[in-house]
Amino acid sequence: MPVVERAGTVTRGAVVGVSAPRVDGTPKALGEFAYASDLWVEGMLFGATVRSPHPSARIRHVDVSAALALPGVRRAMTAADLPASRRYGLDFPDQPVLAEDVVRYAGEPVAIVAADSAEQARAAAAAIRVDYEVLPAVTDMEAALRADAPQVSEHGNVLRHLRIEHGDPGAEADVWVEGYYEIGMQDQAPLGPEAGLAIPAPDGGVDLYVSTQWLHSDQKQVAPCLGLPESKVRLHLAGVGGAFGAREDVHMHIHACLLAIATGRPVKMTYGREESFFGHVHRHPARIWARTGARRDGTLVNSRVRLLLDGGAYSSSSQAVILNASTFAVGPYEMPNALIEGTCVYTNNPPAGAMRGFGAVQACVAHEAQMDRLAAALGIDPVELRRRNLLHTGSVLPTGQVIEGSAPAREVLDRCAALPMPADLPPAFRDRVTLPGGAGNVGRGERVRRGVGYAMGYKNIAYSEGFDDSCEAKVRLERGPKGVVATVHTAAVEVGQGLQTVLAQIVRTELGVDEVVQQRADTQVGSAGSTSASRQTVMAGGAVAAACSRVREHLFARAAARSGAPLRGPLRLEDGRVFAGERSIGVVDDLLDTPLEATEVYRHRRTTRLDGHGQGEPHVMFAFGAMRAVVEVDLDLGLVRVVQLGGVQDVGKALNPRGVEGQIEGGAAQGLGLALLEEIQLRDGKIANASFTDYLLPTILDMPPVVSAVVEEPEPGSPYGAKGVGEGATIVATAAVAAALRNATGRELNRVPVAPDDLVGISGPRTSAGPAPIPDVPGPRPVFEYR
Amino acid sequence: MQFFRPSSLREALEIRAAHPEAVPIAGGTDLMVEVNFGRRRPEAFLDISRLPELREIRREGPNVRLGSGVPYARVIRELPDQVALAQASRTVGSPQIRTRGTVGGNLGTGSPAGDALPVLAAYDARVVLRSSTATRTLAWRDFLVGPKRTALAPDELIVATEWERAVGPGSFSKVGTRNAMVIAIAGLCLQLDEAARGVRVALGSVGPTILRAPEAETFAAGILDEVGAWSDRGARVPEEAIARFGELVSAAARPIDDVRGTGAYRRHACAVLATRALTWALDDRRAAAMEAAS
Repeated sequence: MPVVERAGTVTRGAVVGVSAPRVDGTPKALGEFAYASDLWVEGMLFGATVRSPHPSARIRHVDVSAALALPGVRRAMTAADLPASRRYGLDFPDQPVLAEDVVRYAGEPVAIVAADSAEQARAAAAAIRVDYEVLPAVTDMEAALRADAPQVSEHGNVLRHLRIEHGDPGAEADVWVEGYYEIGMQDQAPLGPEAGLAIPAPDGGVDLYVSTQWLHSDQKQVAPCLGLPESKVRLHLAGVGGAFGAREDVHMHIHACLLAIATGRPVKMTYGREESFFGHVHRHPARIWARTGARRDGTLVNSRVRLLLDGGAYSSSSQAVILNASTFAVGPYEMPNALIEGTCVYTNNPPAGAMRGFGAVQACVAHEAQMDRLAAALGIDPVELRRRNLLHTGSVLPTGQVIEGSAPAREVLDRCAALPMPADLPPAFRDRVTLPGGAGNVGRGERVRRGVGYAMGYKNIAYSEGFDDSCEAKVRLERGPKGVVATVHTAAVEVGQGLQTVLAQIVRTELGVDEVVQQRADTQVGSAGSTSASRQTVMAGGAVAAACSRVREHLFARAAARSGAPLRGPLRLEDGRVFAGERSIGVVDDLLDTPLEATEVYRHRRTTRLDGHGQGEPHVMFAFGAMRAVVEVDLDLGLVRVVQLGGVQDVGKALNPRGVEGQIEGGAAQGLGLALLEEIQLRDGKIANASFTDYLLPTILDMPPVVSAVVEEPEPGSPYGAKGVGEGATIVATAAVAAALRNATGRELNRVPVAPDDLVGISGPRTSAGPAPIPDVPGPRPVFEYR
Repeated sequence: MQFFRPSSLREALEIRAAHPEAVPIAGGTDLMVEVNFGRRRPEAFLDISRLPELREIRREGPNVRLGSGVPYARVIRELPDQVALAQASRTVGSPQIRTRGTVGGNLGTGSPAGDALPVLAAYDARVVLRSSTATRTLAWRDFLVGPKRTALAPDELIVATEWERAVGPGSFSKVGTRNAMVIAIAGLCLQLDEAARGVRVALGSVGPTILRAPEAETFAAGILDEVGAWSDRGARVPEEAIARFGELVSAAARPIDDVRGTGAYRRHACAVLATRALTWALDDRRAAAMEAAS
């Protein structure tokens, strides 16, 4: 498959608010879609990476001579060969391009090679001899806080600490409940592994075709490491086979570019499934200590939450993740008093970073378990207790931020509680594959008990803490061979979530054209910001709508100028004509004797950093979600069948209702995975299950039908009133399944994923000697500036 | 890399003798994972997936002979009366894997997690091996000699497995944390042999190789004898005895902790699966007896 494809994706069809078929749906279903791993160009070399087997070690010596002597090997590089900047990072450049004197996690890249074939490159990588002196490793997040712990980072072991004081943290309550929670390390497990192709250019620069979530952030990190100006490092989006946060960080980008420039040949790198587990960040494992107080009538009074997140060896986006986990720590409830202390530490575990839900998932596991405990302590129905305390427009959050936008939390919860319950036969009369244990034939319905659990959660849309993650869009309207064509160019990344479909709907809505061409996302247009934080529908959608609106103004101006007569009434587009009031003043096709074009940048409203007391206005807008899980547990075997997930999401406005439904279902599946199956198991800092044989994703027999609904209360200032929809279901699904399992078994279950051992009582609830200590760090500000 | 594709068993055995380095491949369920993860780089493959001799199912009286190249999908379709084997075949992988994967592959890999192996052990099956010069037949326990170790000689191919059909209920159950496409944390096959008045139990994934539970078997056969259940299928077996049977089966397990599960859970699961399997077997023969009487 050649690198340079047709100019763009052409689509016809639906407008905003109508379910539209995915523009990439048919090629993906037919296996014709070109993913990054399919990239190919004549004469290309293949790259491979040598990774550290040790979580902490000093590199005494690297010997590449045996590798260079192998057939087909063109080049080997170590840290000594790096031409310019030696570090990169999303928020802060702390991650070595290739490890220099020490390695800080098992899997860290130490050397790279390029060879004529992928097989030769792998053989060369295996032939590189690295002499390590193994050092003591910090592989436990609480151990990282001990005074005598080895220092993982030059900056110490505290990546960020936050303290949020709200109201009177000493306020008394009638009833207190206390809990300790653990969340395991989930992997994004995108089916498309890390891949890209770097092609050296005649101008001394490089063109990189790559699977990513944010081209311009990559460009900013790659260029300094190559010693090139950004203008000479051109990034082009290659087909992304899923992201979920795992494509926010640089993976093979710099390595392939270095090898391409060094050899003067195109270099392709694709990670295999095993290497992929080492090639991207994971969800932060967390420990959370919570104490929640309420009045006897169920009114929440006070909450004290301490959170500890394991950031692994490098910073990635950890600063923003701990901000989210901390700011959402008490859940979507009015909490007049609170003290929230969040810490993210460096360890010698694999780096943690962005994953769908971004800190809110871990927080939700804890705050929802606390709400259920409180409901039990007060003798109030769990849904009713939540209902009495939900946030609404005008509520004050623990940071002091007032919710100014829409916040239909109450309607979300009520709709969720009213979703139809599953109607099915008693266990003994059902097809046995629908029983806990599925295809394993472990039961005939004996000892199966049903449980129901609810979870409510919320999250920010777009980047926070003063970050201006703007998006640029260019729109051109012109005559095509079969009529008027609109061409859109942004750097916004489609990761499989359906952005291209939504952008095409927006163009059709705004310009009344049918044919929309979307150019490949690249760095030849301004930054779009990241396809993450549930932001791209709002941000890229806003930019495209604004550019369309400007093009329409140009069109109206041209029509008005040419019509000669004074115009009465508002101008509008209909059926390929421009109307002033009820009068047609021109045919669009005639008006486009020369194309019309506009470029616009969309910005969300300003936010601020938190001050020393954790006060400020860090978030742009909020989206709420609720989920009800119905589960069946085989009480003897501790096996589970989730019978139904019912999700309701606050979406502002569903631009593509079918796409929203897909996001709710996919997000629910990912949350179910964390509740029951998905965990990267670490043994002394090393991943023990880097394969899909042992990192278990839900199958169709694990994933139940999802019933869903949306609440549409427009967000003021957002295009069409839309909110992001990518994360809502993931945030609540894990907590809802855990709640249902508690309901079925009567056990505490304070760790996810919940293991069969936990469900049958072989292992009891996880215990803690008490909250992790507060680190002694200079000042309340982030250790690093969050750009 | 060489790839041999013989069209007859004789040709395959000649290649096998001349090229012992050539790794036999049929469904490739285990082998291709090893290759794809770079753990194995065979110099040569010997494709045995097209050999008609290995794709036969033969039945003569009570004897069943299952060609080593018969995929699980066919076992499910064509041997429904071998209930436990058909159930075990259904627990294997996904539909795609069941269409390609073979019982011969389970034997060749010799993993204690091979889903069909506890069934072959409970069936007292024999493994038929052939070289270009000789045929030999080994009892399953003489073939599966250790974790992923078998008695296969470098010039031999596994051609079939055979057993005498036991009259009586039997079942296979597999525990995994995922509801499908999962490697067993524990697997159990129970087979009643009405003629010999015996109960056979075999365990997978809870020891270095497939295990039988002789003490539990003797105990169960004795209890059925005590309550007169061998001659009267309607006779009740006390629950405490069934529970004791579970404990004895569990005691026969030799499990370890690994990424898939803990040893303690595996031992617990063996007891649960054993009590359930014996309960189902007794229920099924009681139901059959009532049906026969009505």
